[in-house]
Formats: sequence, C-alpha cells, structure tokens
Amino acid sequence: MMNTAVSDSKVLVNFLNGDGERAGAPLEIPLDATTSQLQVLVNALLGAEEKYQFHVNDFEVTESLRKTLAQQEGSVSTENAVEIRYEPQAVFRVRAVTRCTSSMPGHGEAVINAAFNNDGTQLASGSGDASVRFWDLTTESPLHVCKAHKQWVLVISWHPASRYLASACKKGDVCIWDPKSGTQVGRILTGHKKYISSLAWQPLHCSKNNHILLASGSKDSTIKIWEVVRGQCVMSLSSHTQGVTSIRWSGDDLIYSASQDRTIKVWRSSDGVLCRTLQGHGHWVNSMALSTDYATRIGGWDPALQGKVQSADPLTVYNKYKGGGEEFMVSGSDDFTLFLWHPAKSNKPVCRMTGHQQLINQVMFSPNGRKIASASFDKSVKVWDGKTGKFVSTLRGHVRAVYQVSWSADGKLLVSGSSDSTVKIWCMRTFSLLQDLPGHADEVYTVDWSPCGSKVVSGGKDKILKIWRA
Amino acid sequence: MPQNEHIELSQKRHGKRFDHDEKLRKKNARSSHKASMKAKKLHGLKAKLYNKKRHAEKIQMKKAIKMHEEKQTKAKDADNVQEGAVPAYLLDRETQTRAKVLSNMVKQKRKEKAGKWTVPIPKVKAVGEDEVFKVLATGKRRKKTWKRMVTKVTFVGEEFTRKPPKYERFIRPMGLRFKKAHVTHPELKATFCLPMIGVKKNPNSPMYTQLGVITKGTVIEVNVSELGLVTTGGKVVWGKYAQVTNHPENDGCINAVLLV
Repeated sequence: MMNTAVSDSKVLVNFLNGDGERAGAPLEIPLDATTSQLQVLVNALLGAEEKYQFHVNDFEVTESLRKTLAQQEGSVSTENAVEIRYEPQAVFRVRAVTRCTSSMPGHGEAVINAAFNNDGTQLASGSGDASVRFWDLTTESPLHVCKAHKQWVLVISWHPASRYLASACKKGDVCIWDPKSGTQVGRILTGHKKYISSLAWQPLHCSKNNHILLASGSKDSTIKIWEVVRGQCVMSLSSHTQGVTSIRWSGDDLIYSASQDRTIKVWRSSDGVLCRTLQGHGHWVNSMALSTDYATRIGGWDPALQGKVQSADPLTVYNKYKGGGEEFMVSGSDDFTLFLWHPAKSNKPVCRMTGHQQLINQVMFSPNGRKIASASFDKSVKVWDGKTGKFVSTLRGHVRAVYQVSWSADGKLLVSGSSDSTVKIWCMRTFSLLQDLPGHADEVYTVDWSPCGSKVVSGGKDKILKIWRA
Repeated sequence: MPQNEHIELSQKRHGKRFDHDEKLRKKNARSSHKASMKAKKLHGLKAKLYNKKRHAEKIQMKKAIKMHEEKQTKAKDADNVQEGAVPAYLLDRETQTRAKVLSNMVKQKRKEKAGKWTVPIPKVKAVGEDEVFKVLATGKRRKKTWKRMVTKVTFVGEEFTRKPPKYERFIRPMGLRFKKAHVTHPELKATFCLPMIGVKKNPNSPMYTQLGVITKGTVIEVNVSELGLVTTGGKVVWGKYAQVTNHPENDGCINAVLLV
C-alpha cells in the first residue's frame, strides 16, 4: 500500500489532549494544515478560545503538518490515524531577560536566598549577615533592612498572598516580617535545635478559620507547624531519623518532607498523621518539587488577568493552573537519580530517572507541570517529561556545578545559576543556550524568575543582588 | 572481707568523725605545699624519679584545664555570626573542602612562617650580569670569551630546540631548568604545585625575561586549570600570573604567590 501521508494530500488525524483523551471523532484534514489552522480546528472541537502547541510523537508541529511528518518518516504509521497531541499554551509570553538593570549592594555577606512575592511586585533577600532585606522594585533600591536573626538567614518564603514573609536562620529560629513596613510580626518562633532547611506556607485555598499556618523543616529531623498570628507551634512532626532537606505543602492539604534518611514522608496537615513513607532513593534526598508548586505560589493572583482583577478566588486560580489530573512529585537525590511519585495515592514510584553523573541539587516543575528541570553538580541541567518521566534534553554550558534553576511563568524559558558565577537563560523549544548573563564576581547561590515574568533576580557569594530584565 | 579494709568497716559501723570532711578539705588544700616540700628535700635518684612523676602529672593537669576552657569558649563563639555564609544545600557538603583548605593553610604556615605572604614584592634587589652569567672560554686556545652560561634557575619552553652548540651564545644548564612552581593562593591560603607556562617579566632586565631567568620577584605565568578558577564571564581560567617569593637558585624550588 502506498504511504498515504506523503502521497495523498489528506490525512486522518486524532486530536488528543495531554492526558491522552480524544477530542471528537477522527478527522480528515489536508496535509498542508498549519498550526494556526489546527488551532482553529481544535478550538471549534472544544468550543474554547485558547492557544495550543501541537506534537506528533513528541515532535512539535512548527510550520505545517507535512513537514513534521516528513521529519520522522517511518516512525509514524499512516495505516492508522495520526495522533496529534495538543497542549494549551500560556496566554502570555515571557521574553528572555537580556541585561542587568541594577546591581544592588547592601548585604554584608553572601546573599543566600532571594525571592519575588506571588505577583512579582515585591522582592526580598536573606543573607549571611543575619539580615533580611526588602527591595523596592520600581526604583530598584533598598526598602527595609530587617534584623532579628542571630545567624545566617538560610531560607525565606513569601506568604502566598504576600501578607507576610517568613525567614529562617542557621540557629533554628523563624521570624515573620510585614513586607509593607518591614517590621517583625510577633515573637521569634523558636524551637528547632539545628538549622532550618526549608519553609512552606499553607496554600491559600486550604486555610481554615483564618488560621495562617507555616511549616518548617530542620536539620534536627523534625517538622514544626506554626500558627503565625499567635506565634505558637501547633504541631511537631518527628519521624525522620536524619535532617529534613525540603518540605512542600500540597494543594490537597498534605505536607511532604524529604530527608537525608533517604525517605520522603507524607503527612496529613490537619492532625499530623503520617500517611505514607516513600522509599526508593539510595542516598540523601536533596530536593523535591510538586507539579502544583506554581499554582500554590501565586495564591489568588492570576497572571493571565494582569491588571484586570485585583485578586481572584484562590481555589479557582489553583484549579486552573493545576490543570486536570493528579498532583505529581519529583525528588532529586545524592544517588544521582530522580524519582517521580504520585504521593497522594501510592508509595510506589511512577518512574526512576537516571542520567546525571553527580548529585542533584534542585528539581523544579514547569508552571504547567509538563516538564521537570533538574540542576546537578555535574555542570548540566536536564529536562524531563513531567507526566511520564521520560528524558527530554540536557542543557550543557556551565563550567561548574549548577546550584539553582527557575522557570519562566510560561514555561518556555529556564534560568540557571551556577558556581561558575554566571546566570544562563535556556530556550525550552530548542533546548539550547539563549542568553549568557555574566556579571557576578563569585558563585551564584540563588535565582528566581518573577511570577509575572518580566524580571529575574540573582544573588550570590559576591554580596550583590542583581536584577535582570528583558 | 579483706583484712586491710578496717577503716571502711569502722566507718560503716560507727560513722565518720564530725570534722572528717573539713579535715579532708584542709589536707587536700595543703597537699601542694607538702608536695613542693618533698620535692625540695629529696635528692639523688629518688628526686629524679619523683620529679619525673610530678612532671607527667602536671602535664595531665594542664591538659585537663585547657580542655575545660575550650568547652567554655566554644559556647561563646556560637552566638557570633560566622563568616563565609553558604546556602542550606551546601551546609552539609562544605565541611570536607573547608577542612582541606584549613589543613593546607596550617601546613603552609608552618613551612613559610607567618607574614611571608605580604608579597607581591615591589622592590627587587638588582641582579647583575656578572652574577647571572658565567663566562665560558672557548676556542682552541681557550681565549675566546663570548659564550655565557646562566647560573640561575631558568624556564625553558617545551618547543625550545638548541642552536648548534658552536654558535650557542647562552647555555641554560639542564640541572637548573624548572617546569613546576609552588604557587600560594593568597585568599585561600593554600599552596599548589602547578606547571609553569612562561616567564612574563624579570624586573632586572628584558634580556633575562627573554632567556627565562627566574630570580626573586620575577613574574611567571602558571597553569591554574586544576584549581577550577572561573572568570566573572563564566569561563575557566587556565593561565594566571604569580610572583616568585624565594631565591630559587638557593632553595632548589620555586615558591610564588598568585596575583589576584
């Protein structure tokens, strides 16, 4: 039989969404159909008004269907209908940052942590000089200096509605700050015996009776849940046998904690019951990320409605950005592997992802949860499929260990900060280096891409905070 | 019950004297005086043995006191903010490398004595040509004297090939050729044995630079690719300048400090 896809000018296609469900019956469409024409077709089938990306066997359809099929001749069986997967794209585009608009000195020691708030209008940084600083983003100048800690500020974390900023130090203290005035709220929350490695706020849509809860994971192998307004420790979860490295508060109101004792534990936040223990890693679990991280981070602020609505209902925004399907978790470890989990359902991993040659320092889901980026000490960043855990690509270019990565809000760009003192921007369409941003004088410890997409902040051992813009 | 425990037995039966503890305290307080009295009085072999025993005891005592003092000072240090802040993800990892740097630093200090890193040397003692070059007599009657032998340490590049010996004006002896230098990083306070790339400048004379003569104060270029230094642009640095801090011709090695 003749190869119908190439000889004929028409082809039978099936449109599938990201989870593999069909949209309507198979259609016969001309081979010369372009992406914009496919888009009109899918919108008509679904009765929606959105932009899509189309894939045939993981190859993106860039120009016309004919070209994409010709690229992978042989691997697509034209006996059956061609399956085209469509993925909704972010309605806005983030441009790659290209220049440094300001280098802000002020910290007396290395900048350990810098983060934007949920809508990208405020910026805070924590440093080794035991202070937390707030920065004014319109003038790019210092706003408040907050001193209460006695030791290096290791972690900072914004409340998902930007009402508070929590900071934790090497001594084991947690401080809560008011970002408007830069004053401390309540007392110092003491209780941990060793340094705190991670902080997580309760997602907005999970909070009950106006309680604002914060979880902190520490090297002393406990997790404590604090009620911020009263300044009290509500619960102390201790089941880990070694230091906790990372904690996350999921949208299903579960707390996940990764530890150096090679396990990840799942806790019910309401009563502190240990639901299950995820085992599989052979060494310390360094980092963990959820596919809903972005959805919980932005709180009630919807980047698609920039400037139109002040704050939407957190639950609807969460559901919108979470998308259909389950919540996935990925964990990166010292044993050079990553695991993909379904933590709310089972304690068996979905997939084990191998390929890194050194320990994995950070993992991160793209905002739409379709991709995973992992930063490793083997100088590379690897990109994986967020649903199946399949390897997608390796990003090479750094000459020393990569410490941190951060996704742009539309998931098309990735920024990475490394020990080689550079920040690099990667294109997620071609998986190549888009922009090399030198400027730091020493190791870059932290990078963050603002949720609104226009700015990137980076800080490191040279004590300077840099803001990059498009 | 053994025969000799009659004191314990008596204490058990009748109790201690009421002033027992007070007397014991006084005896203890007096003991050092008694010991010194004894040390003064003894002579001969007994004095020798006694003093040896006492010496060992005193060492133990001082060690114990020092250990207790350390315990106290440590508690004080914990309150101060330490330098060299690192993120949480590096806290459990840095210990190894830090320790290595520290031990290197201690070793180097012992070797070089403190304060020698105040170089780069701004002023160099002039080294004259008569000191550097030895005149060689050539010719059948040994009366031609245009040939010179370098008496200082030299660096000779990999690609150097000798001219025919008949026409060679400068001889650089094989025994004084060096390929590696001990380079100290002034910030890390660590020393590394690194291969040399070339002689950048010998401040005494451009001719020495050309010949690759290495004296104190000479700026040499070393291969630092093993150190993993990075430029602000994120490229690996492989060549860096260093200044020689010792007299290589006297010491048989080249010590240098990295110019950062």
